[in-house]
Amino acid sequence: MQLSNLRVFKQKLNKRQRTLLVSILFSLILCSVVLTGFLLNEDRIATNLEVRNASPSLDHLFGTDWLGRDMFSRTIMGLSLSIGVGLIGAIGSACISIILGVVAATMGKVADSIVTWLIDLFLSVPHLVSLILIAFTFGGGFKGIVLGIALTHWPSLARVIRSEVMQVRSLEFVQVSKKMGKSRWWIAKEHIMPHIIPQILVGILLMFPHAILHEAAVTFLGLGLSPHEPAIGIILSESMRYLSVGMWWLAFFPGICLLIIVRMFDKVGDHLRMLIDPHNAHR
Amino acid sequence: MSWQFTWNLATYLFWKSIKIASLLVSISFISFLLVKNSPIDPIQAYVGADMLHVSAEQREKIEEYWGLNEPVIQQFFSWGSAVLSGDLGTSMIYRLPVSEVIGERFYNSLALMITAWLLSGIIGFSMGVIAAMKRDTWMDRVIKGFCYTLASTPTFWMGLLLLIVFAVWLNWFPIGMGVPSGVLAEDVTMMDRIKHLILPALTLSIIGVANVALHTRQKLIEVLSSDYIVFARARGEKGFTLFWRHGLRNIVLPAITLQFAAFSELFGGAVLAEQVFSYPGLGQATVEAGLRGDVPLLLGLVLFSTIFVFVGNLIADLIYRVVDPRTREGQSYAAK
Repeated sequence: MQLSNLRVFKQKLNKRQRTLLVSILFSLILCSVVLTGFLLNEDRIATNLEVRNASPSLDHLFGTDWLGRDMFSRTIMGLSLSIGVGLIGAIGSACISIILGVVAATMGKVADSIVTWLIDLFLSVPHLVSLILIAFTFGGGFKGIVLGIALTHWPSLARVIRSEVMQVRSLEFVQVSKKMGKSRWWIAKEHIMPHIIPQILVGILLMFPHAILHEAAVTFLGLGLSPHEPAIGIILSESMRYLSVGMWWLAFFPGICLLIIVRMFDKVGDHLRMLIDPHNAHR
Repeated sequence: MSWQFTWNLATYLFWKSIKIASLLVSISFISFLLVKNSPIDPIQAYVGADMLHVSAEQREKIEEYWGLNEPVIQQFFSWGSAVLSGDLGTSMIYRLPVSEVIGERFYNSLALMITAWLLSGIIGFSMGVIAAMKRDTWMDRVIKGFCYTLASTPTFWMGLLLLIVFAVWLNWFPIGMGVPSGVLAEDVTMMDRIKHLILPALTLSIIGVANVALHTRQKLIEVLSSDYIVFARARGEKGFTLFWRHGLRNIVLPAITLQFAAFSELFGGAVLAEQVFSYPGLGQATVEAGLRGDVPLLLGLVLFSTIFVFVGNLIADLIYRVVDPRTREGQSYAAK
């Protein structure tokens, strides 16, 4: 009954409205996960040796670990931490790519070749290796991981921004307005910005999933956040010791939650791209 | 092959080798600076728990012996000249020359990466072809959904899942390590090695499928909407013949180059998969070097992975230029 209602409701909306609805719904879920993670009381993951190693049940949806901590609360806290770190890193990365992309496209040939060379340089080492190197430089921890993500994820977006700005600059109306004596700043503000801001926003959004996954991966390897933080990577690497005795829920649920969260970010980014730039997205 | 073509290729390779040289120099310089700024004390990392027995004078002596009290630039030059003469230094954790450690580990990783590379390429390609040929049917939707989900799956979690299912529940494969523990090195059979290889290789292949499949699907859909396909359809060709005659040769090249260009992700995936299955390859050595402060090994691995990725990209580029006759004719091969 409920389901068929939902289907009818869905059919009443057109594609654009549906896209909008899904994006809003997913954004709400993501926000609520982050908020719950930060607001959750530390008591929720207190050690309770009476219920340790319990498999999933109604009391403990995701089971408990070897110290009797509730895995559901730990997962939510870990997710919000991972999302937070990923967001900060991705925003830092986006700042770098905006600055370099615009510099490359507007400041002449020398600047352009320097930036292109930098992009090549950063793409020539595998992401994970450079992340390990940077995390090692800062001795691991929050600073290392955020800087690592910020410094490794910018090249692809910088490339997009560079070519986008170059393309807009060569368009006729920009040329005309240059000939009409408009200042560079005016052109940048009135002509170029409106074109590239949507691209940048979508680029940042599509960067989040990568950032979050890489944060989890580096933390999992033991070079990221410290083992005292309830990060998702820590939970998964700790679970490895208990897998051989059959405690599958320690790894399964946190991982699938991470997967769902990352997928949602991806979806929101994709949908936003369809809304902002329908011509290219549907091609 | 004409003389012109060979000449073009030679200039191209010349520019490429200049490029890799400049890349390697700058990457080694940047990584050297980064590593030097690390709060991890190299002497403590080397001596380990015996640090309490090392007096201040001994410490100074070690610093002097290693040249740690010289300015960073001078240290870089002495390290760089040693690297140029083929000496990458000695790994602190394995107490072996770095080149030896990398060589041995690379042998292990190579088996893993080649298997995963081939498997993911073939499976991904076929999935992409099926999805595109059956566009907008349930098969297409399933493959597309599967690939998008895979693209956001953490590699290490996929490894953990396979470990739970195949090693713990079904007991088909051993839980970790490159060779069975407690067995002499000479007694390790090929079968043992393969058994320990399957799960990590499977993890890497599953993760690697998504990219190639989605890309192939996109390309084949483009090809299928072209004029010559419409004409072929009008002549009555359909299904597999149509794909074999007109589709395949147009999409196989981009897929192969994509696979070669994905060496970077392959390496990153191998790091994670090897860590999950404690498979003694390059990736695990990278993690160990980072965790335990083995600076020479870490630097060596950074350089090695750079070369690895560069070779992948180079092959991709070369295949495109040499194999595809359309790009061969009348084009300059000078580096862009």
